[in-house]
Amino acid sequence: MPVIDLLKEKFQADVLETHAAHGDETAVVTRAAFSAIAAFVKQDPAFDCNVLIDITAVDGLNLKWKPRFEAVYHFLSTAKNHRIRLKVRVEEKDAVMPTLTGLWPIANWFEREVWDMFGIKFEGHPGLKRILMYEEFVGHPLRKDYPYSKRQPLIGPRN
Amino acid sequence: MLLNIGPAHPAMHGIVRIITELEGETVVNADVEIGYLHRAFEKSAEQGGYLQVIPYTDRLNYVSPLINNVGYCLAVEKLFDLKTTERAQFIRVIVSELSRVTDHLTCVGATAMEMGAFTAFLYMIKAREWLYQLIEEITGARLTISYCRVGGVKGDLPENFNQRCRDIIRDTRGVLKECDSLLTKNRIFVDRMKDIGVITKEQALSYGITGPFLRSTGCDYDVRRAFPYLAYDRFDFEIPVGTTGDNYDRYLCRMEEAEQSMRIVEQALEMIPGGPVLLDTEGKEVPAEFLIDESKMGRTGGHCGVVAQFDPTLSGNNKEIYGDIQSANKRVVLPAKEDTYGNIEGLMNHFKGIMMGHGIRPPQGEAYLPVEGANGELGFYVVSDGTDKPYRVRVRPPCFVIMAALPTMLHGYTVADIIPTFGSVNMIGGELDR
Amino acid sequence: MELTSPITEGSQGGYLTSRLNDMIGWARKFSIFQYPFVTACCGMEYMSTACSHYDVDRFGAGLPRFSPRQSDVLFVVGTISHKMAPVLKMIYDQMADPKWVVAFGVCTCTGGFYDNYATVQGIDTLIPVDVYIPGCPPRPENVLDGLMKLQEKIQRQKQEV
Repeated sequence: MPVIDLLKEKFQADVLETHAAHGDETAVVTRAAFSAIAAFVKQDPAFDCNVLIDITAVDGLNLKWKPRFEAVYHFLSTAKNHRIRLKVRVEEKDAVMPTLTGLWPIANWFEREVWDMFGIKFEGHPGLKRILMYEEFVGHPLRKDYPYSKRQPLIGPRN
Repeated sequence: MLLNIGPAHPAMHGIVRIITELEGETVVNADVEIGYLHRAFEKSAEQGGYLQVIPYTDRLNYVSPLINNVGYCLAVEKLFDLKTTERAQFIRVIVSELSRVTDHLTCVGATAMEMGAFTAFLYMIKAREWLYQLIEEITGARLTISYCRVGGVKGDLPENFNQRCRDIIRDTRGVLKECDSLLTKNRIFVDRMKDIGVITKEQALSYGITGPFLRSTGCDYDVRRAFPYLAYDRFDFEIPVGTTGDNYDRYLCRMEEAEQSMRIVEQALEMIPGGPVLLDTEGKEVPAEFLIDESKMGRTGGHCGVVAQFDPTLSGNNKEIYGDIQSANKRVVLPAKEDTYGNIEGLMNHFKGIMMGHGIRPPQGEAYLPVEGANGELGFYVVSDGTDKPYRVRVRPPCFVIMAALPTMLHGYTVADIIPTFGSVNMIGGELDR
Repeated sequence: MELTSPITEGSQGGYLTSRLNDMIGWARKFSIFQYPFVTACCGMEYMSTACSHYDVDRFGAGLPRFSPRQSDVLFVVGTISHKMAPVLKMIYDQMADPKWVVAFGVCTCTGGFYDNYATVQGIDTLIPVDVYIPGCPPRPENVLDGLMKLQEKIQRQKQEV
């Protein structure tokens, strides 16, 4: 039985859908239960996911997703040798997610990058500021409505 | 006192800013600022077709570019649920491992140079030059090679590759042995590297660190063993594991890994199917340009059945061998050059694969595929919406997480220890900032 | 500061100054102290050029000074992003005259294939450039060719002492 089904058993209504397309076990969960699910995934002996591999997001504007953003989390268990992916849908007007810095310290930098590139805030984060772009930059570049070549130079071209 | 080790500094790894808070000579706190080489890889990947992302992936980890190529192509193939041919898998393994050796040579050489051991650096770059020449013979370029394609590799291995590769591996082993004798028991090197920059296994795992960094702390997680991809489950290689997690252990892990990579290449050279690469052409051999020029003039008489002669590394030199290195799925790979120039179906297939709006179209979905990069787990997360442009390509960079852990490793050490610690991180700017 | 004396004026005027000019140019072109402002992939080819196989030391340029105040040629190697641009300008301003700038790699010449929100489209929008070495990354032979062109330029120009 894929291990992701254990999640559905424990959290029932909060796990909106699960699939294992291409061999990647994935679960889409609600934001309200997300912190509890992440802690469960870390501590439960069947999951035992001690490594947070990646936090990223996908902007569904061109595909007309409602809610617009999807935050994607990848976890790995070195002991059990399996991986799972959790996805949470986030609205554009209310783009806030709970932070995971308490459980995994690396979430600090990953969440800063998601804030920088997509504009999703993380509440509880110790210092949410831009990491790849400079502070004077306006906008969030990886959003689909930010034009590819729109530059905001710090020191203007001299010719 | 606040000391700014600013973006422009002589360490050869890339641009990063370390703001250290000092108490005398001891580092009390450190803050790392990155993003000085952000080149918008993820946004560029959304602009063109799937195959047009491949040159951007070369420039991610630019000391081992072939591993990035392989990782991206494997991720897109996962979306198709496509398995490439045996020979292509072995070729990908060979070039990945050669890239890994160049990465470790550069890292150890640069670390040694920053501490004053300039000779070790020169020797390692000399060995790296031989490997670059070998890679140039296979792919056509030294550094930014764009060699892998979705479904296989661009061209077959050149003629006398076996012998050439063995000679270069033998010479590189000699160089590694020389540098080993210069550095490993060297009193100054050991004093500057041992017990510096220590990180425990639990800390490393909580930061998501993988690769030689994690293995030097004692955990033997390696993506090639845990989630084998390509043909790695058929090779016999060891995974070097350290004990204390300090700079010296990382140096030893990297040197040993370079040796193990060369061992894998030797095994792959023996096990590679398809036999020796000989060009069997039937019928007449005509240079390709001549065929095209004559056809443009309308003089196509007698062209039927003539097999055009190409450079060995151009794909499709010989149809039988071409079938060995690229998958037969017409929706994914470009047809052999004989077909492209020879008949109309081949030409149409070629255009359908290349033109904007027409390229390869994976089914809708998402896939994450980790490969073992030189710094750790390099993951590609590709989201496809069914059109010919990728919807989202995400790179999970291994040295991003190591740089996040750098303040922990610098805490309590002196200013002079920042340089070897930062060197052993093997920060590659292209991968860190993407 | 022009060298004038009764000997150099007149019909032979300028002969000594131009010989002096040539000599200073010769001395300057064979003792290049470079500041390698290395950012990205071109740095690997820069390392290859500087090391034993494609030795750049035989041109007299083999000693990188890692401080802008001690160097005269600024090799800008690799992509410059907008976040890095003020730093580059500061380094350029800190160098003392005479100074030259080499744009190494196509990202510094025109921005390369990074026509996006984060990349400077050529460093000549920020600082004046003397030699452009295109290539992604340029082969070491390419770099040496560019270096020799820089040397010709140094030799030709009017030296100010």
